[in-house]
Amino acid sequence: MTTSELGHQIRLVLNEGGTLPVDATTLKDGDDLYAAGLTSHATVNLMLGLEERFDVEFPDRLLRRRTFESIDAISAAVTELLASKKAA
Amino acid sequence: MTLLLARARQVGSEVAARHAESVDRDARFPREAFDALKQAKLLGIAVPRAQGGDGAPISDIVAVCHALGQHCGSTAMIFAMHQIQVACVVRHGQDSAWHRKLMERLAGEQLLLASATTEAGVGGDVRSSVCAVERKGKRFTLQKNASVISYGADADGILVTARRAADAPASDQSIVPVLKGEYTLERTSGWDTLGMRGTCSDGFVLRASGDIAQVLPTPYAEISAQTMLPTTHLTWAGVWLGIASDAVSRARAFIRAEARRKPGTTPSGAVRLAETVNLLQFMRANVVAATRDYQRAMEQAEALTALSFAVEMNNVKTGSAQMATQVINHALLVCGLAGYRNDGPYTVTRHLRDAHSAAVMINNDRILANSAGLLLALKDEPELFA
Repeated sequence: MTTSELGHQIRLVLNEGGTLPVDATTLKDGDDLYAAGLTSHATVNLMLGLEERFDVEFPDRLLRRRTFESIDAISAAVTELLASKKAA
Repeated sequence: MTLLLARARQVGSEVAARHAESVDRDARFPREAFDALKQAKLLGIAVPRAQGGDGAPISDIVAVCHALGQHCGSTAMIFAMHQIQVACVVRHGQDSAWHRKLMERLAGEQLLLASATTEAGVGGDVRSSVCAVERKGKRFTLQKNASVISYGADADGILVTARRAADAPASDQSIVPVLKGEYTLERTSGWDTLGMRGTCSDGFVLRASGDIAQVLPTPYAEISAQTMLPTTHLTWAGVWLGIASDAVSRARAFIRAEARRKPGTTPSGAVRLAETVNLLQFMRANVVAATRDYQRAMEQAEALTALSFAVEMNNVKTGSAQMATQVINHALLVCGLAGYRNDGPYTVTRHLRDAHSAAVMINNDRILANSAGLLLALKDEPELFA
């Protein structure tokens, strides 16, 4: 999956769950999602949406603020999880 | 025992205990205890040494809450609530000259800080605000319809949560300390309650203005997760543990007196007492372990944002709240009518009434619902001695 495709898929997840009070397609990859209105409660739904879409599991060590702080950060986490799934 | 703790125990046994009954009966601010706490320089202990405090770690703060809780629940709870505000300023104000100055004043003048987080119109959700910091050049104004500001009328300053700016969403909050002289309070409700009557948690409309530099630079979301919530849950749990410990002490004294009266026989309540001491040990272990975990997590900012950490802190609160009433109820059964009376050396009625506040101050059900959400994401079973 290309980086831009990944970013597009993540935006779809963000919009599906109503995770943010704003349209995720208007955000840049590096924008701070917490500043855009992401709450810690919404982070859980976001994670569940990502797990479902990419068929991965987020281990507890990734369940911290920094993992979900931007679309870039989420891309990095999903990329890592997809790679370890492939390796397994 | 640390020197701090010795000072706290002295204030507890010599001052807070003496006035606990009238504080409770008249639902009044524990003025004598706070004069003594200020005199003993205990209000600023968490301020770093560089700003004139003792740099006391969270374990010391929780220990003082526990020590005071054994004598007057309201005094201990106000002390805890004050320390939560101090912790927010200390942990998140180091990079700001205004807040460093405030720390110096907290240590030097022993200022008492209250908090205005709860607001009418948000359904008890302290993580969203209606009111906002309204900027005008280098100044701001702020008006909050705060349904509760504990000891607001007796505090020297108040930490207020509000939306970061007039156009910010409800969850994008800042926290700003305002000091006496910078705000007015218009009382909207009183505080005639079952227990914790001395916290005087009246409702107020707060109108404040100040310098924009007073707004803590870190977003409230972070301050809340990393400092305010863990400090709240741990210090409160320390208070409840103190209240429960004193109820158990009374039950033990009752059984000892019974045993002395009829030497050679085990008093009927002795087995129940053994069970009570067992429960108290659970409660104690929970508070001590969680306090150590927080202390350790504070050394690495990342750990404080982990969902598993949030669940642990939630659990120490809900668990301690539940156990406090359970333990005291057991102590009541041990003491029988002597415990049920409102007077005499074995009364535990104030303890029981005070402890009932634990489950409703940040309602346990709300916290459990929050944990329930977080647990949807968590998967691992951590190591026993991780």
